[in-house]
Amino acid sequence: MDGFTLDVAHLLAGGLVLTSFVMLYQDRLYALLNVFALQALVLSLSVAWQAWIQGAPHLFITAAIALIFKAFIIPVALHRIIANLGIHREVEAVTGLGPTMLFGIGLVALSMVVMLRVTAGDDPLAREDIAFALSVVLLGLLMMITRSNAVSQVVGFMSIENGLILAAAGAKGMPLVVEISVAFSVLVALIVIGVFLFRIRERFDTVDVGVFDRIQGERR
Amino acid sequence: MVVMRDLAVQGAQMLIVLALAPLLTGFVRKLKARMLGREGPPIVQPYRELVRLMRKEAVLADNASWLFRVIPYMVFAGTWVASALVPTFATGLIFSWSADLIAVTALLGSGRFFVALAGMDVGTSFGGIGSSREAMIATLAEPAMIMIVFTLALLAGSTQLSALAGFMLSPAVGLRVSLALALIALIMVAIAENGRIPVDNPATHLELTMVHEAMILEYSGRHLAMIEFAASLKLLLYVSLIACVFVPWGLVSPRAAVSEYALAALAYLGKLAAGGFLLALFETSIAKMRVFRVPDFLGAALMLSLLGALLLFVSRSL
Amino acid sequence: MVYAACLALSGMGLVAALSHLIGAVAPAEIVSPLGLPWIGAHFRLDALSAFFLALVSLSSGAASLYAVGHGREEREPERVLPFYPVFLAGMNLVVLAGDAFTFLLSWEVMSLASCALVMARHREEENVYAGYVYLVMASFSALTLLLAFGFMAGADGSYAFDSIRARMATASSTGVVLVLALIGAGSKAGLAPLHVWLPLAHPAAPSHVSALMSGAMTKVAVYAFVRIVFDLIGPPAWWWGAIVLAAGGMTATLGVLHALMQHDLKRLLAYSTVENIGIIFIALGLALAFRAYGLGSAAALALTAGLLHAFNHSAFKSLLFLGAGAVLSKTGARDMERLGGLIHRMPQTAFLFLVGCAAISALPPLNGFVSEWLTLQAILLSPQLPSWGLKLLAPAVGALLALSAALAAACFIKAYGVTFLGRPRTAAAEVAHETDRFSLVAMSLLAATCFIAGIVPSLFIDALAPVARSLVGDRMPAQFGLAWLTIVPIAESRSSYNGMLVFLFVAASGILAASVIHRFASHAVRRAPAWDCGFPDLNPATQYTAASFSQPIRRVYGSYVFRARERVDMPLPGELRPARIEVELHDLAWDWLYAPIARAVGAIADWLNPLQFRTIRQYLSLVFFALVVLLTGLALWS
Repeated sequence: MDGFTLDVAHLLAGGLVLTSFVMLYQDRLYALLNVFALQALVLSLSVAWQAWIQGAPHLFITAAIALIFKAFIIPVALHRIIANLGIHREVEAVTGLGPTMLFGIGLVALSMVVMLRVTAGDDPLAREDIAFALSVVLLGLLMMITRSNAVSQVVGFMSIENGLILAAAGAKGMPLVVEISVAFSVLVALIVIGVFLFRIRERFDTVDVGVFDRIQGERR
Repeated sequence: MVVMRDLAVQGAQMLIVLALAPLLTGFVRKLKARMLGREGPPIVQPYRELVRLMRKEAVLADNASWLFRVIPYMVFAGTWVASALVPTFATGLIFSWSADLIAVTALLGSGRFFVALAGMDVGTSFGGIGSSREAMIATLAEPAMIMIVFTLALLAGSTQLSALAGFMLSPAVGLRVSLALALIALIMVAIAENGRIPVDNPATHLELTMVHEAMILEYSGRHLAMIEFAASLKLLLYVSLIACVFVPWGLVSPRAAVSEYALAALAYLGKLAAGGFLLALFETSIAKMRVFRVPDFLGAALMLSLLGALLLFVSRSL
Repeated sequence: MVYAACLALSGMGLVAALSHLIGAVAPAEIVSPLGLPWIGAHFRLDALSAFFLALVSLSSGAASLYAVGHGREEREPERVLPFYPVFLAGMNLVVLAGDAFTFLLSWEVMSLASCALVMARHREEENVYAGYVYLVMASFSALTLLLAFGFMAGADGSYAFDSIRARMATASSTGVVLVLALIGAGSKAGLAPLHVWLPLAHPAAPSHVSALMSGAMTKVAVYAFVRIVFDLIGPPAWWWGAIVLAAGGMTATLGVLHALMQHDLKRLLAYSTVENIGIIFIALGLALAFRAYGLGSAAALALTAGLLHAFNHSAFKSLLFLGAGAVLSKTGARDMERLGGLIHRMPQTAFLFLVGCAAISALPPLNGFVSEWLTLQAILLSPQLPSWGLKLLAPAVGALLALSAALAAACFIKAYGVTFLGRPRTAAAEVAHETDRFSLVAMSLLAATCFIAGIVPSLFIDALAPVARSLVGDRMPAQFGLAWLTIVPIAESRSSYNGMLVFLFVAASGILAASVIHRFASHAVRRAPAWDCGFPDLNPATQYTAASFSQPIRRVYGSYVFRARERVDMPLPGELRPARIEVELHDLAWDWLYAPIARAVGAIADWLNPLQFRTIRQYLSLVFFALVVLLTGLALWS
């Protein structure tokens, strides 16, 4: 594996970390969704590149799932839900931007140190990619705990999943990557639906669909 | 004889930089106007403005001091020397070893120091606004720039600009993550330092949105011409810096033939045009930020460059 | 008179030190019988002592010259004159001491003399308070150093430095000694969180004494640290560098952020001293780290950078304090909010102060830039360090260093702009006149030093080579033979800097531009009222004040670092009272470290207070019971 392929793989993994930071920086919901779509795009490129250099065609399917599902369907769907339900469109952060970013850098440093120590003696490409993947996971968690908006927490969870897919794709010969990513996507869809069902219940004190029909009927 | 030729090349660089700076500013202005659907001023308009300003008498406030009169020349000289040290079409110029990238940053910083003092000299509140905001922006932009220099120096093994350009041209450089981070951070810092949208609006005359314009509000005539010239030179410097480090193809080494020099000069013009186009595109597609969002913006640049340097520290052990 | 004598003695000291340093003579030693009974008092002049002696002599010479002019204005000279030479003597003796007893004795003399000088103007309440806090902190630092020397000397009491050196090469208590030395010397130098006395005490003293305290005494504390850690206790462990590096980084950032919030000129300068001490300790920490891993040339670079910054700082900080003293004596105000426009009334002082501000903001071609450049080059060498902790700490501290340098520039734009530029804010500033010739000569000397050290730094770096060689075993490459007086920290291919050429270039371009314009374009000038966008306001209160200048920066950093709170009291429309804005800033070290300790001490003292009021019979029984307890202990133990 020559230097160029290594460098491109690194670059794409680093791009994923960069998009995580950009997501932490956003304070508007639509912009956050756009950046998430960008992260999904970079992820699919990265997985596709891994598929190419490892000669593992099933990873292409994973890349396609990431692209279609996460870069298009989910952001568009969330966009519409936000518009329809009239959700507050500013992301309130619990801590200021400066400390959050500083802490994010600390997390990246931590994950690099941990991973490089634990995997001493392995293939250098895999080591750094796993370190980057752990950084993405930790940054996604950071986003979940420092944002008080439900949509941003969902986005954070999905970026955790992106990190896991990156790690799985980087490790050569991991089976069932496709199946696992499909399973995760279904899980994510369930969580998104669940969050909004809770919101609906909060608003109307019920999730009984019959009640909605009646309310709609009254309005009409 | 070789010394004479090297001196001639260095002198040529100084003159080229001086001649091209207003052209770049005019080019960016024209492109922005065109993208906004206007006709826009001709590209050579900045030259005409400079000549016009220099012919006018300078009106000084009653209580302006000797420092106020000297500062435009100091700022111009410092910025000119700094931009003459950044390789434009050739590396290894005869005086390039006298100041490295850190010294170039510090020269620009001293320019900013003195312009901020000029803002405070006449004792008006607009000057104070400009100086204090510029100080705030500088306290974040300069550390980000130093961390970018760190990242580049750790990769290239030197802080000398010629050595940096040489490293970037050699096959030893790869597509590294730290380089990408440094590039993004450098673009953000360049926007902040040159007072471009989204940090500051170079065309504004609304006092409360000014930073750079507020500091030089009291200048007129040849003093204003010097300061505007210095601002154009600074823009040229940053575009040349980004081009020399990240798009180094076309730079010739010191012992090249005259034809190679001519080719390199053309390549440099092409890079300037591309840089100007991208700048105009960026400025017309984004709005100016609130002043107190600028620390977030520059803080992000600082974090990115810190991350780039950190990654290099950590991955050297591999 | 007294000051002239001190000036002469300082001059002699300077010459002696420089000749020793440049001549690279072997260390000279004198043993006098006046000290401890069994070893006498050792005095030793080696390369390190010679360097610091030169530094102290330069500062004290300038301050004495300044005081020749200013001493006449002192209201109660008998409170200052006797202690001043004692203070100078104390500083010089600390640097020359060759055994622990002489060292500590001179240290105490230095502290007590400066404490007396701080309390010289005892009519103001705050000066007395400042002196009290200073006394407590100075005693604390002396106690810690006493403990450190105790550990070093061991049970057999070998107090001479030579015997300590031999003994510590195989001892195991080196880590404890490092921490004690860091606390003791650091508190005298101004390391956070032990810096709280510095902004109180330095401004309270008379101006030439403030200059000496900031410029020379803090460097004597640095000398103590270098002597103990680099010379006496043998090879370092890796974590020593990490602690010093982290302490230095924190100090630098905290110091400059506090400096930005001040509107008292001398307090601002005192906090800026804290920042620069942080920078020196960053360089020293790097030198320790490099030395722990045997990277000799890198350690030499870092050590040279730190010591050079110590020298540069003493030069420009003394200059700034002397300038502030001139302003204080001619206008009667230290508060920047009452000054302004002094560049017209005190032109020479303004120019010299500008040189000092430019030097401390690390602008080329002056000396502040050289030492900062060298420190940055040393940080660039730190990826060689094998330890993970240091690998992550070094870039973080590098970022902090860059941040504090930028903040320092902003701080001095504010200090110079509000004090000297603009329009006068009060009548006192309007009627100020230029200060006397002695002060101007003293300040010019220091300004010239700053300039020369910036243009020809190779001389200073080569002068420091014997120091580096004696402390870390290696030295920076020889600078003097390089073309055009360039300095090269590691190798020519890596990086180089030429202050002289940069200065010549900039000067030539400026003169060329000015002459071309004056020849071919107009050189007419007309005076008119200020433009101010068409709304000129004659009231000087509409200018930016010091607090308004630093408001954006306070807004960015304030809530984390100072717990800054702003309270605005706006009158309703129709009311005639003025609007008020109050800004509340806390020094967190004070709130979290000192206030609880002070409260605890107060609580214990209150609890023990009843002991003062016992009857005679109760005292006797106390003595009796103590005696019985001790005898029982003796019986059980033996």
